[in-house]
Amino acid sequence: MTTRGHLLVFLLTVVSVLFIVRMVRRNQLPSRYALLWLSVAVVIAFLGTFPGILDRASSWLGIAYAPGTFFLGAITLLLLIVVHFSWELSRLDAKTRLLAEELAVLRADPPPDRQGLAQAPEDRTVDR
Amino acid sequence: MSRPEALVRDDVTPALASLPMSARTLVILPALNEEQALAGVLRELARECPELDVLVVDDGSTDGTSEVARAHGVPVAVLPFNLGVGGALQTGFRYALAHGYGRAIQFDADGQHDPTQVPTLLAALDEGADLVIGSRFAAPDADSEYDVGRMRGGAMGILRVAVRLLSGRRFSDTSSGFRAFSAPLLSFYAAEYPNEFLGDTVEALLLACQAGFKVVEVPVTMRVRAAGTPSTKNVRLAYHYLRVLLSLLSRAPVRRRNRAAMRP
Repeated sequence: MTTRGHLLVFLLTVVSVLFIVRMVRRNQLPSRYALLWLSVAVVIAFLGTFPGILDRASSWLGIAYAPGTFFLGAITLLLLIVVHFSWELSRLDAKTRLLAEELAVLRADPPPDRQGLAQAPEDRTVDR
Repeated sequence: MSRPEALVRDDVTPALASLPMSARTLVILPALNEEQALAGVLRELARECPELDVLVVDDGSTDGTSEVARAHGVPVAVLPFNLGVGGALQTGFRYALAHGYGRAIQFDADGQHDPTQVPTLLAALDEGADLVIGSRFAAPDADSEYDVGRMRGGAMGILRVAVRLLSGRRFSDTSSGFRAFSAPLLSFYAAEYPNEFLGDTVEALLLACQAGFKVVEVPVTMRVRAAGTPSTKNVRLAYHYLRVLLSLLSRAPVRRRNRAAMRP
């Protein structure tokens, strides 16, 4: 990679890390997700600094084009994360529904009192 | 005879006592923007089935659905946003459970169900069923005055076959929304009920079958909608149809496992 390429990777990594740290500081991102994205940033920075690692990994995996290895890893990781989010989203959806239903039940008027046995027809109409 | 006279003679006004909740039946009406049809349905229910309690579940309506229900003195459970028929029904089940109802009926707010046929469903519950489905096509003569159209009829046919393969039973009307539920099924459904469109009927039916509840069908006739628009458009219907078929597939392995476990 050229010096300019290295600089680009370095800048992108620094900006991403700063962005994530800022979100954590503002309480907009829970620390578990921050940890995930920060480790991604660290791995990218590492590969950017030592491109030889990627080349060696590629030849070991039998991939002729080294960046292909990077994209394979990146796409796989992103896919897993998106699937995880789908799962978490459906969990949240289920919980939200439950809350909405419980709220509706709690706010609903109670059932009317109903007199038992054979009730006179006149009383029924008054009842309504 | 040791029975009190009030039980035997109709012309004597008996000593009135509060009816125990377990002896009462709740009619659940999931309603989305049904202010036009709802009043007629509530009046008809009060006239034909005065002994039944009614709960309108307002599924995020933007019109006066809740006001119409309150004007008729009927309790309303207002959902803060639209959940679909499944969510609205489950709200009804939770209400029934919270107040100790002995059984419940699912009834359409748009006027396509006939209140005079409610006793038919309740009678089947009394005979020991847990889930009673009012079927448009179960009548022996199968006149099926209710014409659903060829496309829809074909789609419903495939669903029927899928349900037969998965439940091992034959149902003539898997998508009917005219149903009655026993107390044990109410608590089962209050905890878990399919919430997506179409799932509320077909998937719920399979859930009950797989959990070992007794499911029966009784023939009913249905009317054309009194007012309001059909709940969905064709493209959405097709999407949900495919989704339900997929969700039925996801239920298949569970059954196989059960069957394997039953083997000696």
